[in-house]
Amino acid sequence: MDLEQFRRIQSRRKFFKECAGGIGTIALAQMLEREGRAAGVEQNPLTPRKPHFKPKAKNVIFMFMEGGPSQIDLFDPKPELQKWHGKPLPAELTKDLRLAFTKPNAAVLGSPRVFTPHGKSGIEFSDFIPNIGSCADDLCLVRSMYTDAFNHHPGQLMLFGGSIQVGRPTMGAWVLYGLGSESQNLPGFVVLSSGVGTSGGSSNWSSGYLPSTYQGVVFRSSGDPVLYLSNPPGITREMERAQLDTLKDLNEEHLASTGDMEIASRISSYELGFRMQMAAPELSDFSKETPETLAMYGVNEEPTRQFATNCLLARRMVERGVRFVMLNHASWDDHTDLNKKLKTHCDTADKPTAALIKDLKQRGLLEDTLVVWGGEFGRTPMCEIRNPRDANNAGRDHHPLAYSLFLAGGGIKGGQVIGKTDDLCMNVVEDKVHVHDLQATLLHCLGLDHTRLTVPHMGRDFRLTDVAGNLVPKMLA
Amino acid sequence: MLCGALACLLAWTPARAADATLPPPAKIKVEFTRDIEPLLTKRCLVCHGAQQQMSGLRLDQKAAALKGGASGADILPGKSAESRLILLVAGVEKKVMPPAGAHLTAEEVGLLRAWIDQGVQWTERAPHWSFQKIQHPAPPAVSNSKWARNAVDNFILARLEKEGIAPSAEAGKLTLLRRVSLDLTGLPPTAEEVSAFLNDTRPDAYERTVDQLLASPHYGEKWARYWLDQARYADSDGYEKDRSRPWAWRYRHWLIDAINRDLPFDQFTIQQLAGDLLPNRNMDTLVATGFNRNTLTNREGGTDPEQFRDEQVLDRAATLGTVWMGLTVGCAQCHNHKYDPISQKEFYQLSAYFNTQEETNIQAPLPGELGPYLAARPEFDRKRKALLEEYKIPEAMADYEAKLRESALHPGTHDDWDFAYGEFTHTVDNARKVLLMDPAKRSELQQTAMLDVFLGSCGNLYPKEHCDDLKVKDVRTKLNELIAKLPPVSYAPVLLENDAPPKAYIHIKGDWREHGEEVKPGTLASLPPLPAGDTGRLGLARWLVSPEHPLTSRVAVNRIWQEIFGRGIVLTSEDFGTQGDRPTHPELLDWLASEFMQRGWSSKQMVRLLVTSATYRQASNARPELAAKDPDNTLYARQSRLRLPAELIRDGALSAAGLLDLRIGGKSVRPPQPKGVAELSYGGSVKWEESTGSDRYRRGLYILFQRTVPYPQLMTFDAPSASLACTRRERTDTPLQALNLLNDPVFFEAAQGLALRIMHEASGGFRERLNYAYAITLGRAPTAHEAERMGKYFDETRSTLQKTHDTIAALFPNQLEGTPQAETAAWVELSRVLLNLDEFITRD
Repeated sequence: MDLEQFRRIQSRRKFFKECAGGIGTIALAQMLEREGRAAGVEQNPLTPRKPHFKPKAKNVIFMFMEGGPSQIDLFDPKPELQKWHGKPLPAELTKDLRLAFTKPNAAVLGSPRVFTPHGKSGIEFSDFIPNIGSCADDLCLVRSMYTDAFNHHPGQLMLFGGSIQVGRPTMGAWVLYGLGSESQNLPGFVVLSSGVGTSGGSSNWSSGYLPSTYQGVVFRSSGDPVLYLSNPPGITREMERAQLDTLKDLNEEHLASTGDMEIASRISSYELGFRMQMAAPELSDFSKETPETLAMYGVNEEPTRQFATNCLLARRMVERGVRFVMLNHASWDDHTDLNKKLKTHCDTADKPTAALIKDLKQRGLLEDTLVVWGGEFGRTPMCEIRNPRDANNAGRDHHPLAYSLFLAGGGIKGGQVIGKTDDLCMNVVEDKVHVHDLQATLLHCLGLDHTRLTVPHMGRDFRLTDVAGNLVPKMLA
Repeated sequence: MLCGALACLLAWTPARAADATLPPPAKIKVEFTRDIEPLLTKRCLVCHGAQQQMSGLRLDQKAAALKGGASGADILPGKSAESRLILLVAGVEKKVMPPAGAHLTAEEVGLLRAWIDQGVQWTERAPHWSFQKIQHPAPPAVSNSKWARNAVDNFILARLEKEGIAPSAEAGKLTLLRRVSLDLTGLPPTAEEVSAFLNDTRPDAYERTVDQLLASPHYGEKWARYWLDQARYADSDGYEKDRSRPWAWRYRHWLIDAINRDLPFDQFTIQQLAGDLLPNRNMDTLVATGFNRNTLTNREGGTDPEQFRDEQVLDRAATLGTVWMGLTVGCAQCHNHKYDPISQKEFYQLSAYFNTQEETNIQAPLPGELGPYLAARPEFDRKRKALLEEYKIPEAMADYEAKLRESALHPGTHDDWDFAYGEFTHTVDNARKVLLMDPAKRSELQQTAMLDVFLGSCGNLYPKEHCDDLKVKDVRTKLNELIAKLPPVSYAPVLLENDAPPKAYIHIKGDWREHGEEVKPGTLASLPPLPAGDTGRLGLARWLVSPEHPLTSRVAVNRIWQEIFGRGIVLTSEDFGTQGDRPTHPELLDWLASEFMQRGWSSKQMVRLLVTSATYRQASNARPELAAKDPDNTLYARQSRLRLPAELIRDGALSAAGLLDLRIGGKSVRPPQPKGVAELSYGGSVKWEESTGSDRYRRGLYILFQRTVPYPQLMTFDAPSASLACTRRERTDTPLQALNLLNDPVFFEAAQGLALRIMHEASGGFRERLNYAYAITLGRAPTAHEAERMGKYFDETRSTLQKTHDTIAALFPNQLEGTPQAETAAWVELSRVLLNLDEFITRD
């Protein structure tokens, strides 16, 4: 069979176009077929796909505050704790309580923070996060989050993989699997990190048993933004093009002799890599951003520089069709010296967070973008004292039973508070929201039914929300 | 419950039956599989099925159902109104069945009545195919008997002939050599091997080559990798701390050797699962138990060590199911398996075998290590003792241990000690046990661990000043100096029986804190019974490889087939249960499974059988006329082109470059990787110290696998994450792979090496050199068109380069005698094209 004949056959089959696929497409095709979404879908596992129903949001920016920010000192004012300060909690509240480091009978730590109402909605935020407070009317603050795990890595696996078991696909991978990518020259699921490395590491953005096509691509803060993006020293774009053209011709010749469509797929992967080499540096080139924008985020100043850069990158990615941006910021794990450390974290994160929300809004991007800000769990009302010889170093332990996070943007009803905790912030007393419920709601905003977004593995269908999860209608606009 | 039900049945007398109070029989012709079987399965079989038979009644088999329970027949064919079964489910008696959940509806009772009145029609269902005894079918006759080289071909061809499809022609000699070399050793043939094979005109030249490859020590490396995937092998703990496992490689070392000497698969199984219990156990069989040391370990502060010990135990049972039986037994962790005959209790019975094991490390010297080590020990011991005494460490440790013991025995009395104790439990293996045992009875490794934890985390328990006074840092430094001088000896992570094993319980809803019934080790009722008297883990391992076991051999040969043909006869090689795929060639699978056992479980013989078949030797070219009929090539009317796994892509490039270090076994290595990769570990704690010398160029199999921040090239090319047993890898195709091969300094260096080889080892003009380049990368000569295209590219590149001296120097910094530097640099660019060809990273 000569090349021309082969091409004729293939063009008839419409196989040839951008089928950067591989065997993972089989699972995808099966899923789409079962969900009745197969019609018109090409072989490429990243081709944009119709959701299950009309979506409110197209993209997600998940601002993951690793370690567990203290809800008591930021989002959920508890004046009652002052009265208990230095005393153990009532025994009935701490019965059967198992925490990471603290004993249930540890003394209560009142919060010295001052909370003030913000915006028309009058939601109270702590004095450490005035900028986030200024976005109050766009935020849906959930004060009634809870989770099953009280240690970091299991907690993070729960939040992103829906189970404390290692090896599951994670939220970003699920979203990419469900919707494909709008971007032709950037990865569909990008991970940005600031601060220190997280407990979960790559397991938080793993594709698990989905094809690795769906795993998060780490966008690096130094060196190549994407690993191995730059040509070797001295190789110009023109030289590279000539090389890729040669490679393409030779690959096509082999395609003609073998008839293996995987070769066509590989040819298009090299072309996409080539485009990514242009697109990624353009993405991180802030020279066209106005001084006002840069100042709003705090890109050129400390201590915001690192996180602000990532926040601005996140906006630029969403503008360019990146489906899921994961912004890791570590670590809020303040077992000791809470008052001092929390101030430092907030000074780093408060301004860029608010800038991102406002910037998305002023550009009309917020309505298509779902923003989530929060950690894997919260912190205890009791104090943890690691070093009894230093009385000023009190911190808080991990608290899975009651914590806060907020959402904004596509599909979310802003300017409201959901849920209540008891006066001592020990338990949720109203509108409990499990992390599975959060996941279900997040997928819903993207037009995906969390019970239908499944992948067959080891003889059964798996999903992000494991075997649980309920939509939280109150969150929705 | 049992007594209650009995009493109820005994109290019943037909005279009391009142037909009038029963729902009427359904007025339809009842079909057992449609109307009755689902009802029995849903409402009755939990208590009266294969797993258990309350009151002796069993309702999943016709004979047993008609026989009835402890008090006689419960089903009287034709007489539903008098059948005890109906009276009980209808609730006209004091006792109602089922005792829990909703009562049966009037319709359901009516169906049961109609079924009994119509004569108790029953369709006996054969067990699921994979639970049936393995047969040894005779290879079918075929018309084209000349084509078949061995029995495998008869099975394949018979099916093809039935479909009216002719097999493909045999692949060219060069393709075949490259294919079988890659499949057997993971390495492309050398130029010498290529020419030797081409010149060998004997009729059995191919078989001879196969035998050479099977005897190659690299065979063990290639075939170790797929087993390591199943063993979830890694060089670190996983989870947050992801601490290094410096001796994990010792298991891999054993594995490569075991595969090279073709350790029969039954022994291979027994040694890995129960090598510690063998009557003739030795260091080797102990090292084999390292298979199950590859589970993850969570040392995150504040976690409960018991929870994650428990996770390990359950993972070992789940892995046994996946790897040896192709059963998803792990699905029964929270509830009875929804699809396969595996109860929750059975899962915990299976895991109970592993519950009695304890992790420990043993000294496992490689040949040549022990002599020098032992010779140096006395002096080392003397100096070490003197050092510790000089700094008064023994006294300090006594106080340290006393405080930890206090905290272990009386938690909550000293908050500051509790934290130190918690960290201690995450640092030392079996920490509590070691701490509480008589120090004189501690093993040498345990003593060392106690000293290390004291010197390393003194500050957790004492104020900094105290540790400064003791000069713990100085002691550590001096101790490390002493250790550095001691000749090295290898250790191995193994599993032994715990002398005080914890009890095993069912976990209610899978929650490790919620203990249900206590369980003893046991297997699945749906599989053959354990040999009498064979209790314990050794019995379990022997049971797995007993000839009666329907799964083990099938699952094992299916994986061998998968490794060679790219997909299993059962596609879902991890799941032979009812949710898995059915075999495409069931008779062939059985034939292979029985042959495997008959041939003494020799894996090499099975591999040889497959790669010498005509089926294997076919060309892999697509056949457009079959694209619609057999798109996935499940009929094997041709070979398949398979993208190589991550490790082999690396090996191929380094081999072409002449850089590959071919030493077998040993420690893991850290090839260069960009800065910023390891830094993403928890708190940036993982340090990636690049290997030096030829260690940088070792095979991909030896790359250190750090679970939280794995080596990028491995992950980009679909290596598994090493958290759970992986039986088959994906073969994706992404732009990140393209960038990796184009720009990773490792591959760039390989291109430079390849260019250097071309310049050094080939003489003559461009065409001669190009021929050589093709020979050492693709094992063939370029076509005329390829040569022309490469020539054009070479000329263009050379002329571009002549204008940019800096680029020349970057591409090839050295000046070779008699060759313009621009020319060598152009060969580097051409080499990059070769190393990026789809053909280069694919087994044709």
